[in-house]
Amino acid sequence: MTTATATPSSASVSEDLRHVTVVSRKSALVLTVVTALMALLLLLSPREGDVQYRMGAEGDALRLPDVALPGMTVAWVCVAIAAVLAAVAWLQVRAERTLSFAVPMVFAVVLLVAFLSWAGAGSPQDFPVSRIIGGAVLLSVPILFGALGGVIGERAGVVNIAIEGQLLLGAFAAAITASLTDSPIAGLLAAVTAGMLVALVLGLFTITYKVDQVIVGVVLNVLVIGLTSFFYSEVLVPNAERLNETDRFAPVAIPLLSEIPVLGPALFRQSVLVYLAYVTVPAVWFALYRTRWGLRLRAVGEHPKAADTVGIKVLRTRYRALLIAGGIVGVGGAFYTVVSVSSFGKEMTAGAGFIALAAVIFGKWDPLRAALAALLFGFASNLDDMLSLVGAPVPSQFMLMLPYVVTLFAVAGLVGKSRAPAADGVPYIKE
Amino acid sequence: MSEDRQLGGDEVARPQHVGEEDAGARQAVLQADRTGDAEGRVVPDPDAGRWHDALRRVTQGSWAVSVGAVVLAVLAGSVLIAVTDEAVQEASGYFFSRPSDTLAAVGSAVGSAYAALFRGAVWNFQADDLAGAIRPLMNSLNFATPLIGAGLGVALAFRAGLFNIGGRGQMLVAAAAAGWVGFGMELPVVLHLLVAMAAGIAAGAVWAGIAGLLKAATGAHEVITTIMLNYIAFYLVSWMLATPGLLQAPGSSNPKTPPMQDTAVLPDLFGPRYNVHWGLVFALVAVAFVWWLLNRSRLGFTFRAVGENPAAARVAGIDVPRTTVSVMLVAGGLLGLAGATQVLGTVTTGFSSDIDAGIGFDAITVALLGRSSPIGVLFAAILFGAFKAGGSVMQASENVPIEIVVVVQSLIVLFIAAPPLVRAVFRLPQPGERPARKPRSRSKQKEVAA
Repeated sequence: MTTATATPSSASVSEDLRHVTVVSRKSALVLTVVTALMALLLLLSPREGDVQYRMGAEGDALRLPDVALPGMTVAWVCVAIAAVLAAVAWLQVRAERTLSFAVPMVFAVVLLVAFLSWAGAGSPQDFPVSRIIGGAVLLSVPILFGALGGVIGERAGVVNIAIEGQLLLGAFAAAITASLTDSPIAGLLAAVTAGMLVALVLGLFTITYKVDQVIVGVVLNVLVIGLTSFFYSEVLVPNAERLNETDRFAPVAIPLLSEIPVLGPALFRQSVLVYLAYVTVPAVWFALYRTRWGLRLRAVGEHPKAADTVGIKVLRTRYRALLIAGGIVGVGGAFYTVVSVSSFGKEMTAGAGFIALAAVIFGKWDPLRAALAALLFGFASNLDDMLSLVGAPVPSQFMLMLPYVVTLFAVAGLVGKSRAPAADGVPYIKE
Repeated sequence: MSEDRQLGGDEVARPQHVGEEDAGARQAVLQADRTGDAEGRVVPDPDAGRWHDALRRVTQGSWAVSVGAVVLAVLAGSVLIAVTDEAVQEASGYFFSRPSDTLAAVGSAVGSAYAALFRGAVWNFQADDLAGAIRPLMNSLNFATPLIGAGLGVALAFRAGLFNIGGRGQMLVAAAAAGWVGFGMELPVVLHLLVAMAAGIAAGAVWAGIAGLLKAATGAHEVITTIMLNYIAFYLVSWMLATPGLLQAPGSSNPKTPPMQDTAVLPDLFGPRYNVHWGLVFALVAVAFVWWLLNRSRLGFTFRAVGENPAAARVAGIDVPRTTVSVMLVAGGLLGLAGATQVLGTVTTGFSSDIDAGIGFDAITVALLGRSSPIGVLFAAILFGAFKAGGSVMQASENVPIEIVVVVQSLIVLFIAAPPLVRAVFRLPQPGERPARKPRSRSKQKEVAA
């Protein structure tokens, strides 16, 4: 499926692989298959009636009219666009160029609209577009912060499987602190500290004691689950009012921006943590690719020996990266107890850390792409609510399953072989 | 863990020396070439007497570290129990006037908690007769049964350099398949059970095989695909459980299956007094099978070769993608065994979508503690089974939340994974000046390279 043009070299095998240019037909193939499947669905199970998209939200200054369109027509138009995108992908293959990241992203959005239009056709309920987007953004916050932290850690050469544990301990610390101080900001800071604490333990074992990073990550997750559940039963439940009842961050509307039709209410009437996410994503990107710190960090992750030779302190750089990453993941943990709900519950992160890990790899260890992947997962978790609203024709379990199936397809086809930083997961021992 | 990652990392930072050097630790480490044992520092030392050597092995070998790790973890658990105990908190209020009160309270809290753990896991010293006294041990074995199969599945994947987090999905699919055969088909006595078990194993293998196939064909990272397959399996099984005619019990609206037919239920191993069933025998057979597979078979050799160095394996003529698929098939089959014994032995009255009971994730810790060797996994699974059995008794009688067991378990694995730390705490000698290395590891290295 993959055409590889290798430049032969007398050096070692790994040297060869670094100079391979890969033109992959997989993306084009997957786009074609998915388009065909969607068309098949529309053919086999046509649905009558209009689909209604509610464009406005309560309190808009400038309110767009709601849109009612024949569902099947919209769906077919979307499939046609998808087919065009698939054709573009094939043309790129013929021209031996790699497909840009935008094509699969647009493809995903188009297919989503096609699917929603099909599912919502004939339903008396309408799709509140702003709420769909806004809810997705909100739900993606912990995954996004988790993924950003994961990207930083792995770029420095430390695989962080403990994202789940960092999120959970962050949520736990935020719940207690915010309850005691009546201040969600204090909770946020406590979550950051908790994330850094887990990162410190991870660093101690993987950087100082050179234990396998995957092992430590997995075990730290279990440890945090055990600790938080233990203290939850022993301490939080008996003193729930004093220790486990937080004031949440209220949504804040940004003047002007929040008045943009459709997108304004979705993106700019959100919790403070969402705005923090808007700032953090470009900040992490800038720090990684445009600062001396980022250059050093990436050098340490790709070739620690070379970095050491030019005088970069490898272990210290890794510790710093891990701690910063831990703090960022901790912010995501705060989401659970000072934004989403106002109390801590056992294992409340429910695997979001692993989804974040998937977003890191899906996003090819790049902060922007990882953030987009996190957003995709946010959409996925939000989709079910939306479809149950309009009375979807498919059992709800399949709706809930869909995002994970899409990810499976995407990882297999659209992203292809992801390449981790070269020294990712390898402890550095100075000679 | 991907091929690339290894290839890239290979040249970059090959450690000259890593603290733990014995063969057991190398198995635990995912990629043996990272531990750097190819330097061939074998210096024959004729002066070292046998006893001297034995003593050195005891203090430097892995089991001294393991004991130290268990001691440390239990100590940490004691601290947690003491800190959250009400009597201790009360007594510590006047610690400086009467410190003995605090110490006594700590002693009684910790002592009674661990006594309850022991009573629930190993030996019930409050029972009237021997049969009652060993009941906890039987409970532990019952809890250990699915952990053995599941742990083997994760460990086998580890040995081939793959990280199988998909235990949950593989177990769920296997439980669905085995359960469907178990309650839905009419078959003669022994055959029914065997068909149901085979269905479960096959379903688990297929589910994991999807991840293997995706990795082999497209390079999709198995960490992502197995996690995604977990969710897909969960919703798939949930849907089947909620759909009459598939898995849902007739005439019921609960997402639960009807009970298994008697012909498909795994019989009790030691009579009806104990809940240990024949699943344990299946699990033990699986241990023997995996041992044989890894150490004596051609296929297992390719597994280990790919796990230790895929590039070398490929050069040696091993079909790496094909091996990846085979590994995942066998690993999924082992997790499928665990899922099947759950529904045919442990919960025979019909199951719902929580039948996996977190075993798929516990299996990862079991595999790590067992250092990915079949025998190690067996003992790790029994230890964790004992913790589970004892933990529930401790929760019931002493009001100590069962999660303390999770904390102690994870700390054990964490400490075992960091031998230098444990050695430093207990002042055990650090390895390094050990004169002779086991020749086995050298020959293995040669085999892989050949």
